[in-house]
Amino acid sequence: MFHREAGVFKTTYAADMSLFPLPVARKAIAVICVLLVAFIPLVCSEYQLSQFNLIFIAVVGALGLNILVGYTGQISIGHGAFMSVGAYTAANLAVRLDLPFWITLPAGGLMAALIGAAVGVPSLRIKGLYLAITTLAAQLIIEWTINHVPFISGGTQVSIPVPKPSLFGFQFETQRELYFLLLLAAGVATIATLNLVRSRLGRAFVAIRDHDIAAEITGIDIFRYKLLAFAISSFYAGVTGVLYTYYLGIANYEQFQIDVSIDFLAMIIIGGLGSVLGPILGAAFVTLLPIFIRGLMQSMGGLLMNENTLAAVIPNLRLTLFGVAIILFLIVEPEGLNRLWRNSRNYFRFWPFSY
Amino acid sequence: MDLGFTFLLVANGILIGLMYALIALGFVLVYKATDAINFAQGEFVMAPGIVAAVVAGAANSFWLGAAVAVAAMIGFSFLLERTVLRPLLGRPVIAVIMATIGLAAILRGTLPMLFGTSPLPLALPLGDEPIEVGSLTLQPAQVAGAAVALSALVIFTWFFRSNRGGVAMRAMADDQQAASAMGVNVTRYFAFAWAMAGVVSALGGVMWGAMLGVDVQLALVGLKVFPVVILGGLDSIGGAVLGGLIVGVVENLAAGYIDPLVGGGTKDFAPYVLMVAALLIRPYGMFGTRRIERV
Repeated sequence: MFHREAGVFKTTYAADMSLFPLPVARKAIAVICVLLVAFIPLVCSEYQLSQFNLIFIAVVGALGLNILVGYTGQISIGHGAFMSVGAYTAANLAVRLDLPFWITLPAGGLMAALIGAAVGVPSLRIKGLYLAITTLAAQLIIEWTINHVPFISGGTQVSIPVPKPSLFGFQFETQRELYFLLLLAAGVATIATLNLVRSRLGRAFVAIRDHDIAAEITGIDIFRYKLLAFAISSFYAGVTGVLYTYYLGIANYEQFQIDVSIDFLAMIIIGGLGSVLGPILGAAFVTLLPIFIRGLMQSMGGLLMNENTLAAVIPNLRLTLFGVAIILFLIVEPEGLNRLWRNSRNYFRFWPFSY
Repeated sequence: MDLGFTFLLVANGILIGLMYALIALGFVLVYKATDAINFAQGEFVMAPGIVAAVVAGAANSFWLGAAVAVAAMIGFSFLLERTVLRPLLGRPVIAVIMATIGLAAILRGTLPMLFGTSPLPLALPLGDEPIEVGSLTLQPAQVAGAAVALSALVIFTWFFRSNRGGVAMRAMADDQQAASAMGVNVTRYFAFAWAMAGVVSALGGVMWGAMLGVDVQLALVGLKVFPVVILGGLDSIGGAVLGGLIVGVVENLAAGYIDPLVGGGTKDFAPYVLMVAALLIRPYGMFGTRRIERV
């Protein structure tokens, strides 16, 4: 029996409002923090850490997209393009003006927020399918613009190499060093989102999602809050783009094409819309899926087919299972991994009694 | 400006536009009857194209290939409606959009695994002598595609106007509950609508495959569906035709006159600019039903 709430009495408003009101949760978070900060970088190899790094980058983007889709109820198929806006802004600033990482990171985010808000303007008039198609158009138009304006894209290669990031005079070179930087970014993004969704702003977003007309009558300025949702969400996307650019050491629009937008939508659908834990789980799931498949096929697939067919099959298998996962979660568990986690937790609350 | 060149671009644009209309018709049929949005329309075109090419190559008969492709798409559409889309009835728009995106991923992943990734030829039994009309030379595959598109459009226009099933579908699109109360078997017509979209997509797949050759890239024509249907109006067959023609002509003119200036890629870009403009001015399209919804 793991009835966590037993014996917890809140006597102040501050205690009621705290992010993690239960002592068990606080301990669990502490343990997870220790694991992430101290244990994992010690025991994992560089390769495994690079997987963690990719997950951390994806977590930032998924959290941001979730603010827009999960909390505000607007659709965006253009987040890959917003990421590229952040990426190229940061890369241009870093290369042309020689600005340090701590300036280019927020600058990339702000630029993406600006563009994202501009794309969000039609959301006042249109919603649902039309908004989806508008953001799809934004994705294609931004992609084309980057591709065809040498000032942004840095010439014929359409890619800009950037130096490794450095903070306070420390240069992040190896995967292990980048791990701490990206962990910090993912952590800050998570805490910021947790605080955002319980603030006045977050509640306004949820009100718009649940019933926009009712929200307007309650005094929420829909236009302003929808634009804010687009801007905040795109800010996260821009930061994701900057992080990814510095992680790879190069800004390239091919990393931010429409399938990336779809990947991120899949993350929040699979993880669970309208939660903070969901996008984190979804980001891990979608990032690890191809790695898992590759590992499985390389160990098992050799029995069925030869090397060359295997290499051709893996990306297609990944695509297929990715689609199957999206559809399965939509039909069977619309609230995603987050719901599965809550269900299993609730099961153990009364275990071994049935109620 | 060279008038002959412009004329050629426009003529080609009209033929291509009719073929866009054929694909967009698949989208419109589903949207009109079931309110569902098919983001996998491109893959719906690619899949029968691949099936047709494989069967036609194996049996050495174009007609058999096309027939098998149509039959396969009918079966697939019924199955799809029953297993994926019916459980999602009444769920938010994004659920259906994501489900069809997932479906697109499945089709794009599975078909190359089954049939290989190399492009397959699919030849129409027409020969490849260019057809000369006055000063114009036109590709037979394009002319045949436009002809098929036109006849499909005429048939479906008649179907929705006069046929009992078509009228039932219109009623369903207008108000599902009322239609159901008047004795329309809603679930059955849902399945029919998807099957019809499957047939149209199969025709589109065969015609486009004959023109471009068949591989996974064929799915990219699906990206043109959105400008076409937004321009024309999501639930209008006539709108799909006119939208297709506009997109076809505009993209050909853009490719002819703007591409040399900016270095390519305008073909895929211009329709979307046009579409954004349409969304800002007339989001319901030229012939679409105006749904007044004040936000």
